[in-house]
Amino acid sequence: MARATYLEAIRQAQMEEMQRDSRVFIMGEDIICNVFGTTTGFVDMFGAERVLDTPISENGFIGASAGAAMVGARPIVDVTISSFLYPAMDQIISIIAKSRYIYGGQARLPLVIRCCLFYGNSNAAQHSDRPYSMFMNVPGLKIIVPSDPVDMKGMLKVAIRDDDPVLCFEDSTCWSSKADLPTDPDFLIPLGKGDVKREGTDVSVIAVAGAVPLALKAAQKLAGLGISAEIIDPRSLVPLDRDLILKSVRKTGRAITVDPAHQTCSAASEISAMIAEFAFDALRGPVLRVATADTHLPFSPAIEKSLYPSVDRIVTAACRLVGVEHFDSAQGTV
Amino acid sequence: MAGTLWRPILFTENAVSDRPNDLSLEKFRRMVRIREFETVAEAIHAAGEVPGALHTYTGQEATGVGACIALRSDDYMVGNHRSHGHPIAKGAKLRPLMAELLGKVTGVCKGKGGSMHLSDFSVGSLGETSIVGSGIPVAAGAALGAKLQRNGRVSLCFFGDGASNEGAFHEGLNLAAVWKLPAIFLCENNGYAVSTPVSGSMAIVNIADRGRAYGIPSAIVDGQDVDAVEEAVAAAVDRARAGGGPTLLESKTYRYADHAVNMGRLTLNRGPEVEVWRKRDPILMYRARLLEGGIAASVLNAIVEEVKLEVQDALAFARESAYPSQLEAFDDVFVERLPIPAWLSEDII
Ligand SMILES: Cc1ncc(C[n+]2csc(CCOP(=O)(O)OP(=O)(O)O)c2C)c(N)n1
Ligand SMILES: [Mg+2]
Repeated sequence: MARATYLEAIRQAQMEEMQRDSRVFIMGEDIICNVFGTTTGFVDMFGAERVLDTPISENGFIGASAGAAMVGARPIVDVTISSFLYPAMDQIISIIAKSRYIYGGQARLPLVIRCCLFYGNSNAAQHSDRPYSMFMNVPGLKIIVPSDPVDMKGMLKVAIRDDDPVLCFEDSTCWSSKADLPTDPDFLIPLGKGDVKREGTDVSVIAVAGAVPLALKAAQKLAGLGISAEIIDPRSLVPLDRDLILKSVRKTGRAITVDPAHQTCSAASEISAMIAEFAFDALRGPVLRVATADTHLPFSPAIEKSLYPSVDRIVTAACRLVGVEHFDSAQGTV
Repeated sequence: MAGTLWRPILFTENAVSDRPNDLSLEKFRRMVRIREFETVAEAIHAAGEVPGALHTYTGQEATGVGACIALRSDDYMVGNHRSHGHPIAKGAKLRPLMAELLGKVTGVCKGKGGSMHLSDFSVGSLGETSIVGSGIPVAAGAALGAKLQRNGRVSLCFFGDGASNEGAFHEGLNLAAVWKLPAIFLCENNGYAVSTPVSGSMAIVNIADRGRAYGIPSAIVDGQDVDAVEEAVAAAVDRARAGGGPTLLESKTYRYADHAVNMGRLTLNRGPEVEVWRKRDPILMYRARLLEGGIAASVLNAIVEEVKLEVQDALAFARESAYPSQLEAFDDVFVERLPIPAWLSEDII
């Protein structure tokens, strides 16, 4: 075990899987120079053939990853920032998500598309996206959103070994978080298994990606107010660990979903609907959503930060559900 | 090397023949097979047996067959919505193709692809994709996979004149060029994209000229002449296998029918043009060449008769086959079958 960051976890997962399986290769823009530090040293380790710099041609190289995967290679595509997926929507949706299905199972697409959720730092609307929920509406794509270094390492390794296409969204607000990383090369966390990050009895907080650390901080504050919050991290959105979420909600009778995505049609919305549909009888109040406001993200820090989920908004929502007055809140309402 | 989940795709089990000795008769046979398949497909579509759209390949047979005959059976191929000719040209069996047209479970895509997606992976196909241009990056990627695995295969992509205006064309060609991939980009320029003539969608005359922008050698070939197409593709294949990188070929050809069946209103009045092209019909031209070369008419006629029986056999098979069960709609989304929603499972059990 050694303390390592979330970014280092990504690097280790990729490195170990590339060592394990010579069919795995990685490509993306400027990955040899390496923008975020997730492929440091890779060219020396694996050679330029398996560490490919691409032209700025997302539809081209993401599509090429599909072709390479269909003939037996196992590509990892590093798209750096999630906003750059958009020029490749055609290949991701029409080819990568649908080829196995439309050809009746003849195609196999073992590939991973990685990108970060880059928000909260005055990057303005075009560089601040959290688009995983859009892809949840497309069958055929597995989607992971790990929130800490251990989950990242174990899940990315599984994603690379998986025979279906996986989108890995890496929350940049988690980049510097540290943990003791397992060194077992077969340390694996299966996709579709959520995790109880903190046990509690009064309210279930189902948080996604960078909202998980916020929810954990909120749980500490809530404990001070006498409210015991259970924090659930689904970790993968497709497949989604419905059982874990429903079990928790059945126990607490209250649910809050927290999601850095824009609220409308977010993962939070889908999970809320699922709870309302399958655990209605257990609920003692409405399912509340704490997500990003449905507007674009502005450049100015003066007006950007307050649009996202925050510890305070989670605390306020929990107090409202449990019926405890909470005067600390900056906003007053959820 | 670990990795137990992955199985290699086998490319030979379904192939009708692999580089047969008598190539000229095989070329004739495959062109006739496409023509007959399309004739029957149009008839059963008119009779209401084929759901959905039907884009026929009639008139373009020499391009598909000339190209595929220059490939090995394990070489990769990607095609488009005008999908019927490509697998037949590459040697696919007809039964699963015909059954797919009818949406049957015995279809090559188990009834989930239909007319626009007759892709038979057992003959090296990696898709017949109906989003215009979208196969081009995939073909480049297959060539990248071949290069990384050093398996000596090449990847050929069929696409239309219209597709060459998509960004995917330009991105795919540039990638193949910069990575020197073993790819052949074969544009089937049939003069139109639905109703739009080539002159209405680009300011140059030849799509082949676009290769120069990417440093890709290119050539124009007579798409009605199966030998000419074969020769051009064979040269491109040789270059690709030798590590010389991709080639862009433009086959000047023509589709006789409307863009798709029942889409006459989207076809310009092409006037005498169709008849002019019919005089250079690829099958008639090749037949004349074979006769001139001393092949007896009876040999060619026998092939035509055999093919007719083969297509009728495929049709009978397709008609007798069952439709997929409702469960099939949930299979092949992922490797593992999806759970069936409760409201549906009540209905089907
Ligand atoms: C991205 C996309 N845009 C539009 C269409 C509708 N469409 C289907 S075929 C076609 C024309 C394609 O022309 P071309 O590439 O020349 O192929 P052809 O049909 O002539 O063989 C169009 C516009 C589509 N399928 N995909
Ligand atoms: Mg055309």
